[in-house]
Amino acid sequence: MSAPHDVLEAPARRAPGEVRLSVEQASYAYGAGGERAAPLFTLGATSFQVRQREVVAVLGPNASGKSTLLRLLAGAAKPLSGRVLLDGFETVALDPRTRAQRIAVVQQETPLLFPVRAWEYVIQGRHPYGRGLRFETPEDVAIAENAMAQLGATHLAERPMHQISGGEKQRIILARALAQQPLLLLLDEPTLHLDLGAQVELLRQLRRLAEENRYAVVIVTHELNLAAEFADQVVLLHHGKCLRVGPPAEVYRTELLEQLYGTQIEVETGARGVPRVIVRGRAISTPGLDS
Amino acid sequence: MKPLTPKRLAWTCGILAGVLLAVMAVSLKFGATPVSLTELLVNLWRVAVGSIAEIPSEHRMFVFELRLPRILLGVLVGAALSVAGAGFQALLRNPLADPYVLGVSSGAALGAILSLIFAATVPVAMPLAASLGAAVTTAAVYLLGRRSGEIDSYTLLLGGIVTASFLSGVIMFLMTTLSGHDLRGFAFWLMGDLSSPAPVGAGWLFAALGLAVGAIYTTAADLNLIIAGEQEAMHLGVDVARVKLVVYLGASVLTGLAVSVSGAIGFVGLLVPHMMRILVGSDHRVLIPTSALGGAILVVAADTLARTIVAPTQIAVGALTAIAGAPTFLYLLRRRLP
Repeated sequence: MSAPHDVLEAPARRAPGEVRLSVEQASYAYGAGGERAAPLFTLGATSFQVRQREVVAVLGPNASGKSTLLRLLAGAAKPLSGRVLLDGFETVALDPRTRAQRIAVVQQETPLLFPVRAWEYVIQGRHPYGRGLRFETPEDVAIAENAMAQLGATHLAERPMHQISGGEKQRIILARALAQQPLLLLLDEPTLHLDLGAQVELLRQLRRLAEENRYAVVIVTHELNLAAEFADQVVLLHHGKCLRVGPPAEVYRTELLEQLYGTQIEVETGARGVPRVIVRGRAISTPGLDS
Repeated sequence: MKPLTPKRLAWTCGILAGVLLAVMAVSLKFGATPVSLTELLVNLWRVAVGSIAEIPSEHRMFVFELRLPRILLGVLVGAALSVAGAGFQALLRNPLADPYVLGVSSGAALGAILSLIFAATVPVAMPLAASLGAAVTTAAVYLLGRRSGEIDSYTLLLGGIVTASFLSGVIMFLMTTLSGHDLRGFAFWLMGDLSSPAPVGAGWLFAALGLAVGAIYTTAADLNLIIAGEQEAMHLGVDVARVKLVVYLGASVLTGLAVSVSGAIGFVGLLVPHMMRILVGSDHRVLIPTSALGGAILVVAADTLARTIVAPTQIAVGALTAIAGAPTFLYLLRRRLP
């Protein structure tokens, strides 16, 4: 196996892949009182592109519109204006089965009602490929086994989901997404509830999978330093506005992040030009970003 | 990794169908008037080869005209309630959901009683009104169980229990103000009992059962994903709204059918799917047909007990299922609810 650094290289040193996901001036609004009432939340026009093999992190404080953006990317909500295109097709216009064959979404964990073994969970990723009662074919089994093998989770196959650790569970959930054989992998705070080692391990695996399987990967996260380490680009949101899009080294600026998070922060440049955010701890006022 | 195959499904259902036939045969044998095993087997053979005329008339009356129709109703009611229970548990994402606990059976009973008041001469009105009553109650309990857009397990259960009390009150009110109706018969029927004749022909009832179970079964693979979360199911290509509508209507019709035949037999929809999960796992593609068969086995067996333990007095079968079901509910409440 190659050294970890190989897969962590900055994107500039690798050949750029084809554009897979294209977000063009996409916006969204939702409210409680129907179309005529003032919206409770709006996501302003947002544009960025994700190439195959690329990992993009969506960052921003709470209620900045990260999850809303993820819903737009997943085709689960129709943009108020603009478009979200996956290989040239609008994600929201795809029928649900086709969409599930092209986009895999890893959500924050939902508690399971009834005991399920890990392999039963993973093979659910083949659901969009079946019809009727969806008896799994030997090919489905091979794909599910391969997905678990790619994540080093083969030994967990027969274990019940409620008896494995948080990090192991996250690997199984990710294996289900892999079994969908998607083009685009969307993850909503996948590192939540994981310890630091498991967080790094998960992102390392995502980086490797993007490379090996030519996925375009979009991760919603609060982890600024992990995003800087593993993402090719970051999308910075605040109060429903897209503030910056670009490589972490360009987007991470002390003043900007201080205003965004309302706390004293210092951005240093570490090895390989990767920025590093150090929290100094004192709260500060945050003028200017909303205007 | 051993995914479900059609062969394994057929074997599992075949074994349970064999058990059901055996329980039905035992149930034909036992009753206030005992029938010897040889006599029963000989006469069953006579039925199988079509020489019914050779069966002694007394035997024909006890076994084939009294016990067999009742056993068939038991099969229908057990299958309907168990599949409705499995459906409600997946639809409401609540392992404790059951037509009786949620008050849906009471809604069906109210519908059935209203049909007796307003359309006593139209036999088909009873199962239809019972299904409608079940559907309205399910919708009401679903809305009561929502908190800020999400189903809350405890609110749903409390809402269901209170709805059941309310509807029982309305039923009591109607029963005591109605003159000229057989109150004792009503009361016995409400407790869950298989001795009353079915409102319409068994053929119609079984056809409706087949349609409703079949409709729910078409969503079996989707239900496996919905119990892990509606959002996730949607992202895996499931048309969640359509599946929920099919299961909602199917489970309401099944509850209506069961209640119009036997009154409110409790806890079958809770007990059977959980027993089957232990035996065959949580996959709805095998859980739904095995629940239908397991429910039939349970109700036929319970009704045989109800007919025989203090014979010639008959106990309402609903009393026995409640005695077994309520402790199971409490066990699950403490162990399984998140």
